[in-house]
Amino acid sequence: MTGIKTGIHRETRMTRFLTTTALALSMMGTAAMAEPVKVGMITTLSGGGASLGIDTRDGFMLAVEKAGNPDLEVHIEDDQRKPEVAVQLSDEMIQSEDVDVLTGIVWSNLAMAVVPGAVRQGKFYLSTNAAPSQLAGKGCHENYFSVSYQNDNLHEAAGQYATDEGFGRMFIMAPNYPAGQDSLSGFKRFYEGEVANEVYTQLGQTDYAAEIAQIRDSGADALFFFLPGGMGISFMKQWAEAGIDMPVVGPAFSFSQDILPAIGEAAVGVKNTAQWSKDIDNEANAAFVAAFEEKYDRLPSLYAAQGYDTARLLLSAMEKADVSDADAFREALRAAEFDSVRGDFAFGPNQHPVQDIYVREVISEEGQLTNKIVATAMEDRGDAYAEECSM
Amino acid sequence: MSTILLIEQLLNGLQSGLMLFLMAAGLTLVFGVMGLINLAHGSLYMVGAFACAGVAAATGSFWLGLAASIAAAAAAGAIVEVAVIRRLYARDHLDQVLATFALILIFSEGTRWLYGSFPLYLNVPPSLSGSVTLPGGIQYSLFRLAIIGAGLAVAVGLFLLIGKTRIGVQVRAGEADREMIAALGVDIRRLYTLVFALGAALAGMAGALVGTIQSVQVGMGEPVLILAFVVIVIGGIGSIKGALVGALLVGLTDTMGRVLLPSIFGLFMETSAATSVGAALASMAIYILMALVLIVKPGGLFGARA
Repeated sequence: MTGIKTGIHRETRMTRFLTTTALALSMMGTAAMAEPVKVGMITTLSGGGASLGIDTRDGFMLAVEKAGNPDLEVHIEDDQRKPEVAVQLSDEMIQSEDVDVLTGIVWSNLAMAVVPGAVRQGKFYLSTNAAPSQLAGKGCHENYFSVSYQNDNLHEAAGQYATDEGFGRMFIMAPNYPAGQDSLSGFKRFYEGEVANEVYTQLGQTDYAAEIAQIRDSGADALFFFLPGGMGISFMKQWAEAGIDMPVVGPAFSFSQDILPAIGEAAVGVKNTAQWSKDIDNEANAAFVAAFEEKYDRLPSLYAAQGYDTARLLLSAMEKADVSDADAFREALRAAEFDSVRGDFAFGPNQHPVQDIYVREVISEEGQLTNKIVATAMEDRGDAYAEECSM
Repeated sequence: MSTILLIEQLLNGLQSGLMLFLMAAGLTLVFGVMGLINLAHGSLYMVGAFACAGVAAATGSFWLGLAASIAAAAAAGAIVEVAVIRRLYARDHLDQVLATFALILIFSEGTRWLYGSFPLYLNVPPSLSGSVTLPGGIQYSLFRLAIIGAGLAVAVGLFLLIGKTRIGVQVRAGEADREMIAALGVDIRRLYTLVFALGAALAGMAGALVGTIQSVQVGMGEPVLILAFVVIVIGGIGSIKGALVGALLVGLTDTMGRVLLPSIFGLFMETSAATSVGAALASMAIYILMALVLIVKPGGLFGARA
């Protein structure tokens, strides 16, 4: 514990020092006209998927508070998980608030509605989560950075893990919408065995009795599924009830810290892939986990870690360049010189992360369900679309 | 596809149909007797699930939770009827939709305020967990069987209540002619509150039972509400019998569509495309069913009024 605490102290002192230095430098450069960076955060804070947006916000704001940089202003608005609301908010933020940077969107369909317009108007967009393939390939843009991953990554890692484990026949399942189809194709990109059956469920479906019967009947070696949020909770509870003895693999979304308590013991032992876990051993991560628990009295989720890293990336760029000089600021972002809670972190040519992706196992620790890293599925993984991006 | 799998899927369809019936019964009664469109019916379903999860977590007993869900939803229904709904009977359907939509928002944000934004934990009680082997070697979840039993019991109880009791007579009379029953000296206000609370209790019970195998979270009621509306449109607005038949039709069509359509398309298409097309069509199946029923019988299968 003492190690973690000194870590925090050292870090706060360090950040304070850096902030003051940066402040002093910027004052010298611009003759006491340091321009604050205005950030517009659009995320989901009410309705069904609110827990994801709340964790994103809390992670982001934790980093902002820890840095204590007076030149950073954050406006937070709730998109209610509705694309039209998100577009309206981004228009408002760009036109009347005159923000420099937008961030925070959780869902890919909302990102597709907001990001292309925002970056065309010269604003930076830093993605805390959603990273659809369209924005990684032909639709990439110099002002768009994904700090989280490319949407396919965690599914690809699950495919690689299934291959490594020697699962010969897999039953694969995802909801019938673009991210679900990307999920199954991402999985198949690195899975070398045979697909016993692939099933598309309805988006928002909550009863999986029919699918579970099909899985039981298929005689597959293992199951891969991608069912984010409430869909995953429902599925896992029903899966446990059915008592089928079959290994389960999935991306982290159904096993992240925000929903694990709702699934309960049914989740224990499930393997899931993620680029972050609370037990990644580095100073930045230890400080983040401890500070998050202290401030919010709960364990951080993947989304909180992504929000935190996004804010830290932004702060690192602010120390090096002024946001009014877009080219210099972009270069500073691209350099990604911050201590990521994931350890190694760099941007690929399409400004999506190149990073390790881990296999985690759900465990019960001190009466709480959480994840523990058991293997590394992919090292320094970029994404499948970087080649299509001409930037 | 094997016969065992087919029978298992029929049971699944029956189970989801009966839960829909619990939702639709209240909705159709309220519409039939009071002429009110209640969009907040899904919120009462959510109230039931949250009450069950809250009480089960506090006491450790699922059964106390289930009782609490029925009581809480009925109480919420009665309070809402007296405070808000009562003022809406004489008004236009559009006003009713607007006001009950506002209730959805109030219930959702109120629940978030009380319980937070994170989904709650609610699991099957130990006495009903696991699966049993039915005749013919079908493995089936014990809790789902219990849900089927509970759904059937409620359906029978509801038919007896409507068909054989004094309150039932008043409800049916209310459906036929509101003014006349008031003129005959029945306390119509009390009757309305009673019917509304009964519908709410059924929704709350469905919320608790379904929440146990699915997830307990804010906003869980609205998707079910849409299905319940489909059910009462198919069954005929105001008819309990229609609600039962409609719910079973919707439950079976939905479940069997999801299972059978992809494999039917698989006969003449490549697997990946077949599952995608099959799944897309399966999600439309119940609406196609509704359209077909409305073409043949514009008032629904058992509709009193066309």
